[in-house]
Amino acid sequence: MLVLDRVCKTYPNGTRALDGLSLGVSPGEILVVIGGSGCGKSTMLRAISGLDTPTQGKVVLDGVPITGPHEKIGIIFQEPRLLPWLTVADNVGFGLEQRPREERRERVARVLARVGLTDKAKVWPRELSGGQAQRVAIARALVPRPQVLLLDEPFSSLDAFTRADLQVGLLDLWAELKPTLVMVTHDVEEAIVLADRIMVMRPRPGRVYDEIACDLPRPRDRQSAAFDFVKRRVLAALDRSLDRAVLTDDGETKAAHGGGLWW
Amino acid sequence: MSLFFMTATAEQAATGREARKGLLTRLARPALGLLVPCLLALGWEIAVRMGLSTGRLLPPPSVIFDTFLDLWSTGELQEHTLVTSARVLAGFGCGVVAGTILGAIAGYSALTYRLIDPTLQGLRAVPSIAWVPLFILWFGIFEASKIILIATGVFFPVYLGVMGAVISVDRKIVEVGRVFRLSGLAMVRRILLPAVLPAYVIALRAGLGLGWMFVLAAEFLGASKGLGFLLIDGQQLGKPAQIVAAIVAFAILGKASDFLIIAVSAPFLRWEDRFARH
Repeated sequence: MLVLDRVCKTYPNGTRALDGLSLGVSPGEILVVIGGSGCGKSTMLRAISGLDTPTQGKVVLDGVPITGPHEKIGIIFQEPRLLPWLTVADNVGFGLEQRPREERRERVARVLARVGLTDKAKVWPRELSGGQAQRVAIARALVPRPQVLLLDEPFSSLDAFTRADLQVGLLDLWAELKPTLVMVTHDVEEAIVLADRIMVMRPRPGRVYDEIACDLPRPRDRQSAAFDFVKRRVLAALDRSLDRAVLTDDGETKAAHGGGLWW
Repeated sequence: MSLFFMTATAEQAATGREARKGLLTRLARPALGLLVPCLLALGWEIAVRMGLSTGRLLPPPSVIFDTFLDLWSTGELQEHTLVTSARVLAGFGCGVVAGTILGAIAGYSALTYRLIDPTLQGLRAVPSIAWVPLFILWFGIFEASKIILIATGVFFPVYLGVMGAVISVDRKIVEVGRVFRLSGLAMVRRILLPAVLPAYVIALRAGLGLGWMFVLAAEFLGASKGLGFLLIDGQQLGKPAQIVAAIVAFAILGKASDFLIIAVSAPFLRWEDRFARH
């Protein structure tokens, strides 16, 4: 169980990025965090990953306070951040340096096969497409078998087709090991495709605005009425989180209309 | 399995295509570099043979070549080359060690940077030859002062290159190391060192170039051996062929030592995503 207890983060320049954020994520749950710019989404992920420490409050994983990067917590960034001087296979095995060579090779080969990049094991990162590079980054984060996997807008720089494929691919990988996923995104559809629970945050200072359960059966059909219903709810919550709601009887249309403007 | 993972094998990048080049092109490329000096030499030789110039102040290539052979057969050339190379090697070694250590520390620690960088930049602005009188007073007129002068010349470009490279290592890449909980030493070995390597090689090449420059300055100021002595000797005894022969020897040595750095570092830099592939 991952717990955030009244986490506050104030940057040295005085920006209050997070203001008393409390949150619990159960094992194996997929939590998607969505919200306007500057609502502290990335700050929250960095606090969980241990890359930044909260100014107040604490992050606790299974009763253990997180004070720095932790072996049970993996993170995937918006950019692949592959090390250009290592081959794809060595990048994937980066976190396994301590393990015996045989075990390392075997685990790297297995996870590369899972992301469909076996034939790219020996190439340099510069030779990969954007989608391939991000898949290598996913493999690198997964190979130490983290209990919690954090994703900071991992697909936002990819084209729509690649993005949709990677979302499904991510679900496949998740189904295998069932880590807890905490994902930050800008993309409402992505949130609904993946999430068990969607958390809407509001900015200045960053805090939780609304939580929307998302229990549609998987695989989720983007065209279905139920999907659309959740989408409207999320968009409406996003609009209200930015104080953009206009008083009207036809709440649905308003929300959908404002949906394009919320960022 | 998603559609995505099925299509993965279909996305074949052109990997080994550029790797396979014929033997002919591999030999033709360096040969291209010889074209310009050879044509110039040939032109001058023809000009002298046709009587367009006496070739007294700038001897034709054939005369220079004869001088070269003469100096070689007496063993003089080998001796002078060896002495000069040894000076450069010793000075370059000292300069590189000092420049690398101070550059790395200044790049890594903000406090050290604020402490020593202004001083070093100030010293860098002093033309290094200005130190010569002082070095001679301090270290005498023999090898020590020469090597220290060369080391001074090599130090600054190496310091500047290493410091700049360490400072500009991508924070995002360093964070990857932090996520995988690398210790300080592992961070240096697995992230920082490879990240600064391309810039380091450039810094070494710049330092080595200055090393060859300063060895000459040192030898001009008093030496009984070395290519610099050969130059001065040629001037005083009016032997232009000997001067040109020494200059050619410098060109060959400089190019060869530079090539050595490139060749040694190349296997470690194959990963670079470069704009140009020369």
